[in-house]
Amino acid sequence: MGMRKVAVVGAGMTKFVRRAQETGKELSYEAAKMALDSCELTLEDVDGVALGTAPDAFDGVHMKGEYLSDGAGAWRKPFMRSYVGGGTGVFAPIQGWYHVASGLFDVCLVVCEEKMSSCQPHPQGAFLTIFDHTTERPLGPNLLWIFALEMNRYMQTHGLQKKDIALVSVKNKRNAADHPCALLPEPNITVEDVLNSEVLAWPVQRLDVSPVTDGAVALVLASENVAKRITDKPVWIKGVGWSLDSAHWTNRDLYYPKYVEYAARMAYEMAGIREPRKEIHIVEPYDPFDYKELHHLEGLLLADKGDAPRLTAEGVTARTGNMPVCPSGGLLGVGNPIAAAGLMKVAELFWQLRGEAGKRQVPGKPITGLAQAWGDLMQVGTVIILGIGG
Amino acid sequence: MSSKIKEYPGVALHESDFAEKKVLYTTWEPNARYAWDTGVAIGRYLAELKRGHIVGTTCHACRRIVVPPRVFCEWCFRPMDEWVYLQDQGVVNTFSLCHVRWDMERVKEPLIPAVIEIAGASKGMGILHLLGEVDPTEVHIGLQVQAVWKPARQRTGAITDIRYFKPSN
Repeated sequence: MGMRKVAVVGAGMTKFVRRAQETGKELSYEAAKMALDSCELTLEDVDGVALGTAPDAFDGVHMKGEYLSDGAGAWRKPFMRSYVGGGTGVFAPIQGWYHVASGLFDVCLVVCEEKMSSCQPHPQGAFLTIFDHTTERPLGPNLLWIFALEMNRYMQTHGLQKKDIALVSVKNKRNAADHPCALLPEPNITVEDVLNSEVLAWPVQRLDVSPVTDGAVALVLASENVAKRITDKPVWIKGVGWSLDSAHWTNRDLYYPKYVEYAARMAYEMAGIREPRKEIHIVEPYDPFDYKELHHLEGLLLADKGDAPRLTAEGVTARTGNMPVCPSGGLLGVGNPIAAAGLMKVAELFWQLRGEAGKRQVPGKPITGLAQAWGDLMQVGTVIILGIGG
Repeated sequence: MSSKIKEYPGVALHESDFAEKKVLYTTWEPNARYAWDTGVAIGRYLAELKRGHIVGTTCHACRRIVVPPRVFCEWCFRPMDEWVYLQDQGVVNTFSLCHVRWDMERVKEPLIPAVIEIAGASKGMGILHLLGEVDPTEVHIGLQVQAVWKPARQRTGAITDIRYFKPSN
């Protein structure tokens, strides 16, 4: 297609916390500065900035992208903000990718920020406006409904029990114990803890859910000629894909995310991946709720439908398993500052593939990883595949 | 996070910081008001609800009968062909027992939101509504339910003209 190769050459992130002293602009600056410093570039080297951040209503700031732009390093530069709900954190680097792949920019800074704590008493007050204003909101919905309804449908279709799914929460919160920026590291959590936690909206319980979080993450993307000049370890963007299903969510069978499959197939085709279960060595699927990791592994074609819980129970998805899933600790353990959480997953692949992940490092020198995010009314899938070599 | 980084930016605030007035902040309460026009398709849907009917639309190209109704088929990207009266009953496609409000305050009796596949529409065509007159422990996927309407004079042309769905018989 005449596209240029694009590499990730730097990454940075703040701690993920329940409520940060810093403003969103300050968090963005910290992550962006760390990312630039990590590859010894300065703002002068940056041709354009791609920003991802969730609804303006979280912050009560209209044109939040413009408000954040200084912190994202966009002063007097081409600047774009993208938003596809929870899928934003993986869409923002896709947007950065096509600006470099097209030849428009040589270096693009990608910044994702979220400060959910500003919305009082709870950011659900902003979230619940995703429901249709005429046919759904008069029924008094809250955001947990969509997850509970989807989770129940998934469990019923495959005959799954809560204990099959709680294993994901346990794995990810334990993995997060090795992440220095994690909000909810739980090295000793058990399945019983999850099953005994408060029931919020059956089948969703407190420890099935990721927390409200503040934080920021940034990546530096570079064209091949720049990447090879500044690093011996470029991590290439091998494939990208995204897809959106209908907002008529009550007309779809929620047991399977077909739109995630479409996004994955687009990315696999671009990356030349024919057998994803053999060729993808690390997976960072979107895990705002524990069942979502399983749901997404199936949509990504990395597990048969209904079989992801078995892979989890057998340790295949453990950090030391054959297909490590969420070695970072995921949204369940590191935290869920919406857009920043998705980009954290891409940054984790970057650090893992370069062998810089420290205690979180997966064994076996992985060369290819996949990150995925999801959102809106259970309707968007965003996928990126990173790899070293080639 | 890279093992090369030893200091991590970001300062976590704790409830005690606010109780002890160690940090400053400002607050604002927006007073945003909206009036949403129904549109063509949902306008007719609501008018029919007021009369005690659930109505859908059908596309002769993909042969789907959909509810809630729309004026165009998002699959075939052409106008819908006909309005179709559906039954005021259906089957529970999925449900939840919800113990919290949007602000995470707990409620005494769980709300039971459900996707209900409406009889007379194509398979899998559901709407979001609530279940009532049912023991929460007896709700299950596949449960046959029927609409419980408000009395005609109390109906306003809203989704809440159906109070909830209850088990059939």
